[in-house]
Amino acid sequence: MSDSPFHPLRLLQAFFRPIDPILILIMAGLFGYAFVLMSSASPERLDSQLTHMMVAVAVMWCAAWLPGQRLLSFAVPLYLLGVVLLVAVELFGEVSKGAQRWLDIGVTRIQPSELMKIAMPLMLAWFFQQREGRIGWREFLIATMLLAVPVGLIVKQPDLGTSLLVTAAGFYVIFFAGLSWRLIVPVALVGIVSIGSIVAFGDTLCQPGVDWVGMREYQKHRVCTLLDPTQDPLGKGFHIIQSTIAIGSGGLSGKGWMDGTQTHLSFLPERHTDFIFAVLAEEFGLVGALVLLVLYLALFARGFVIAAHAPTLGMRLLAGAVTMIFFTYAFVNMGMVTGILPVVGVPLPFISYGGTALVTLCLGVGILMSIQRGKLVNKH
Amino acid sequence: MISFHAPEQDASRFRRRVLVAGAFALICFALLASRFYYLQVVKFDYFHTRAEDNRIALLPIVPNRGTIVDRKGVVLARNYAAYTLEITPSRTGGLEQTIDGLAEFITIDARDRRRFRKILEESRSFESVAIRTRLSDEEVARFTAQRYRFPGVEVQARLFRDYPQGASATHVVGYIGRINDRDIERIEERGVTANYRGSDYIGKSGLELSYEAELHGTTGFEQVEVNAGGRAVRRLSSTPAVTGSDLELTLDMELQKIAETAFGDRRGALVAIEPSTGGILALVSTPTFDPNLFVEGISTQDWKALNDSPDHPLLHRAIYSAYPPGSTFKPFMALAGLTSGKRTPGQAIADPGYFNFAGHRFMDDKIGGHGMVDLHKSIVVSCNTYYYQLANDLGIEGIATAMAPFGFGARTGIDLPGEAEGVLPSPAWKRKRFRTPEQQRWYGGETISVGIGQGYNAYTPLQMANAMATLVNGGKVFRPHVVRHVIDSRSGEKRVIEPDPIRQIAVKPEHLAAVRAGMVGVNKSGTGRRAFAGAPYDSGGKTGTAQVYSLKGSKYVAGQVRERLRDHSWFIAYAPAENPKIALAVLVENGGFGAQSAAPIARQVIDYHLLGKRPNEPAPEDVEAEESAE
Repeated sequence: MSDSPFHPLRLLQAFFRPIDPILILIMAGLFGYAFVLMSSASPERLDSQLTHMMVAVAVMWCAAWLPGQRLLSFAVPLYLLGVVLLVAVELFGEVSKGAQRWLDIGVTRIQPSELMKIAMPLMLAWFFQQREGRIGWREFLIATMLLAVPVGLIVKQPDLGTSLLVTAAGFYVIFFAGLSWRLIVPVALVGIVSIGSIVAFGDTLCQPGVDWVGMREYQKHRVCTLLDPTQDPLGKGFHIIQSTIAIGSGGLSGKGWMDGTQTHLSFLPERHTDFIFAVLAEEFGLVGALVLLVLYLALFARGFVIAAHAPTLGMRLLAGAVTMIFFTYAFVNMGMVTGILPVVGVPLPFISYGGTALVTLCLGVGILMSIQRGKLVNKH
Repeated sequence: MISFHAPEQDASRFRRRVLVAGAFALICFALLASRFYYLQVVKFDYFHTRAEDNRIALLPIVPNRGTIVDRKGVVLARNYAAYTLEITPSRTGGLEQTIDGLAEFITIDARDRRRFRKILEESRSFESVAIRTRLSDEEVARFTAQRYRFPGVEVQARLFRDYPQGASATHVVGYIGRINDRDIERIEERGVTANYRGSDYIGKSGLELSYEAELHGTTGFEQVEVNAGGRAVRRLSSTPAVTGSDLELTLDMELQKIAETAFGDRRGALVAIEPSTGGILALVSTPTFDPNLFVEGISTQDWKALNDSPDHPLLHRAIYSAYPPGSTFKPFMALAGLTSGKRTPGQAIADPGYFNFAGHRFMDDKIGGHGMVDLHKSIVVSCNTYYYQLANDLGIEGIATAMAPFGFGARTGIDLPGEAEGVLPSPAWKRKRFRTPEQQRWYGGETISVGIGQGYNAYTPLQMANAMATLVNGGKVFRPHVVRHVIDSRSGEKRVIEPDPIRQIAVKPEHLAAVRAGMVGVNKSGTGRRAFAGAPYDSGGKTGTAQVYSLKGSKYVAGQVRERLRDHSWFIAYAPAENPKIALAVLVENGGFGAQSAAPIARQVIDYHLLGKRPNEPAPEDVEAEESAE
C-alpha cells in the first residue's frame, strides 16, 4: 500500500471520512423504506424522488465536510438572507392554494421559509456560543426576538406547519441553552389547558359564526376537523377519515406491498406526500409502522449522543436542536395522519415525496456528521 | 444580573436537558405506537370493514322484463335492444353547450330536449339521462368519432319495451313508464326497494301494473371494486339477474281485433268470457290509444290530446265505467222470480201496456201491451210490465239479495287494476250513498225502475259478461282473469292461474233452463233475431237500452236527441246455446237500442269464435232495430 495521499484507496478514504457510519446506516434504512413506499404510492414519481435523494445526499456530504466551527460562521449570513427572502416573498411572492409561500428566482421556485428551519437554530446556536458563560434573561429575550421576527413573517404567509417547525427549532436551542423550568412549565401548562379546553368545548367553538382571534378560517377548520372529522366526511374530514381507515385496515402485518386498497384505489389523499405514512401502515401493518418508529428512534439516539459529545456549546445546541427537529417532523406527521394532531402540512421526514424538505433534512444530518467529526478532531 | 457558569456545569446541564428531550421524544413515540395499536389491532375489524365498504360497490344488473303473449303466442309486449345517447349532467362541462354540440351531427329535436329536461328534473344529478333513444347505427358511428369532445356523454345499449299490437288491447296490457315518486312510495310499501335498484321503469297500468311483481324479474348484483372516483376497477363477483316471468293470456288477439274492428269509431266496451273457466277471451274498450307513447315519457301534446279528448280514450270502459243495464237485467230478474217462488215458468200476466204504481203510470214500450205474457215471452219480447210487477212483488231487498251473488255491484276481482264496483241499489246502499234523510229514503217507485234495469242500477260491461257466464255455466261465479299462465323464465315452468270459482249460486237447473230458453228465443224471434239471422248455431242473448236522457212519459225518438244524449246500447249473449263456449257483454255508448248497435257486434265476435269467420269491417248498425219485439 502506497503512502501517497493521492493513492485511490486513500482518496476513497478521504472521501468517506466525514461520513458517520451509524447515521448513514440509518439513512440507508429510511431511504430504502422511502423507495419501497414510493414505488407503491406513486411509481411515476420514483425517478424524480431518486434525483431529490441524490441532491440531498450531496448537500449532506458537503455539510459533513465542513468543520463544526465553520458551520456556525454561516449562521448570521444565512439568517439575514432568510429574513430578506421572507420579506421578498411578502412583497413579490407567488400565491398558491391561498398562501404566499413561493419565490421565483428565475431558475426555480424556492420556499424561503424552508431555509429558516436550519438557519434559525444555526443563528441561535451561534448567538449562545458568543455569549457562552454569560447567558442570562437578557440573552433569552434577544433569542426570543431573533426567533419571533421570521416566525411572524411565515405566519403571515400563512403557513402554519412551517411556522410551527421554525418555532420549535428555535425553541429547542433556547431550551437546550438552559431556559429556566420556571418559565417552561407554566407555558406548557397554559398550552395543555388551552388545548384541553378546545377539545372540551370544540362543539361550541367550531360553530360557523365563531371567530378565533389570531387564526385564519382554514386553520380553525383544520382544528375543528381534527376534533370531529365526521362533521364533513366529504370535505375537510375526508383526509383524516380515509387515512385512519387505511392505517386501521392494515392490521398487524398489512395488506402487502402494492396491495393497499385505500392507496391504490385513490381513497387516500396526498398519498405520496404528507399521507405516505398511511400507505406504509396499510401495506405493512403495525409491524411496518413500528420498524419506522425504531429507525427514527435510532436516528434521534445517534443525534443526542453526538450532541452530548459535541466540543462546544454552539455545536451542542445545534446538534440537539437538529435532532429534535427530526423528532418534530416525525411526530407531527404521524400524529396528523393517525388523527391525534391537526392536519398541518408537515412531511414524513426522509420518506415523503418532495425535494425541498429532503434537502433541508439531509442538511441537518450533514450538520450532525460535521459536529461528530469535530468531536473526533478535537480528541486527536 | 448576569450569571456565570463553568463550561463543565453547562455541559452537564445540557446532558440532563438532552435526557429530558430524549424522554419526551420516547413518550411521544410511545403515544404514537399505542395509537397504531389502537387503530390496527383494537379497531382492526371496524376499519377493515370500512375499507371494504370503500372498495366494494354493488352494482345492480337490471333484469329483462317478462313478455306478454296471447293464448296462441301472439306477442303483445316485448323488449328490444337499442342504442341511447345518455348525458351525465354532473360530468359535462356545460349542459347546454353539450346538447347543442351533439345536435350538430345527431338529430335532437325540440321534443327530445323537452323530454330530457322533464326527466332531468325528476332524476338525481349523477345519473345519466337519455337525450336521444333508438339511435341508428350511423348516428352511433358519428358520435363515436366525436366522443372525445363530449365528456359525460355515452352511447348505451338498453332494452326498451315495445307493444307490437299498437293500440290494440291497450287497456288490457297497459304500459310501463319511468318510475316516479308515487311509484317509489309503492315500491317501499311492497318492501322490494332493493329489487328496484337500477330499474328505471315500472308498470303503470293494465297487466303491466297488476303483474308487475311477476314481470319485473329479480335484479342481479355485480360486486365491483371501485376507486375513490366511483369508477369500477375490476369485477369481484356477480349474481346474474333473473328475467321476469312471461305472461300467457287467455285473451285471443284475433278475437280481440275482430271485436275492436267491429266497434268502428264508436265508443264502448266488450267483454267476452269463457264460461267454464272465467278466462277473458276479449276485453275491448274503445276508443283506445298507442301505449308505446308512454314508455319513454309521453310528450305534452300527446298527453293533452289523449286527456282532453271528449271520447276519453284513456278510460277503461270495460271494467271502470258503469252503465244502467237496461233490459239485459231482465233474465236475472226472471231467475230471481223463479228462485224466490214468486213466479213459475208457466205463470202469465196480462199486459195492458202499463203498470200503475202509487199514482204513477210506468209505460211499456209497446203501446197497448203484449197481451198475455209468461216468463219466456217476457224475455223474448222484453216486456216491461212483467218486470214492473215482478219487481214490486220481490221488493227492493228481494232484488238486491237475489242479484248480489251474481256479482252485481261488487268488484269481480279481475287481475287488472282500476275495476269499478258499480251500483246494486238497495235501501242500505242509498243510506250509505246519500247524506240527508230525504235523499236516503227508498221510494217504492224506485223499485219498479230497478226491475227493468234502470234507476240507480249501474254495472260495468265486465260485471254483465261475468253474470252472463254465471247464468250459462250452472251458477258458478268465477273470478275473471286475463292471464292463463305465468311462465318462469328460468325453468320454463308454467304456473296456471287456476279457474277460481268464488262461489256456486244455489239455483235449480230447470229455472236456469227456463231463463236460457227465453234468451235463445230472443235471438231466434225476439230483439236479437235480426242480428243473428242465418247463424248456423243456436245462441242466447238479450238486448238492453240504458237511458241516458229521460224523456218522461213521452215516446223517445233517437234522432231528435243529440248523439251524446242517445241511449247506450247493450247486448249480452252466449253461444252455442247448449254447452256455451263464449259469454259476452257489449256496450255501445249512445248506440241507441241494444239491437241496433251492440247485437251486430256480438254476432261478429261469436261468428269468429265459433266459426272462424272474419268480417274485417265494423259491424253494421241496424237502424231498423226495435226496442221490443213481438
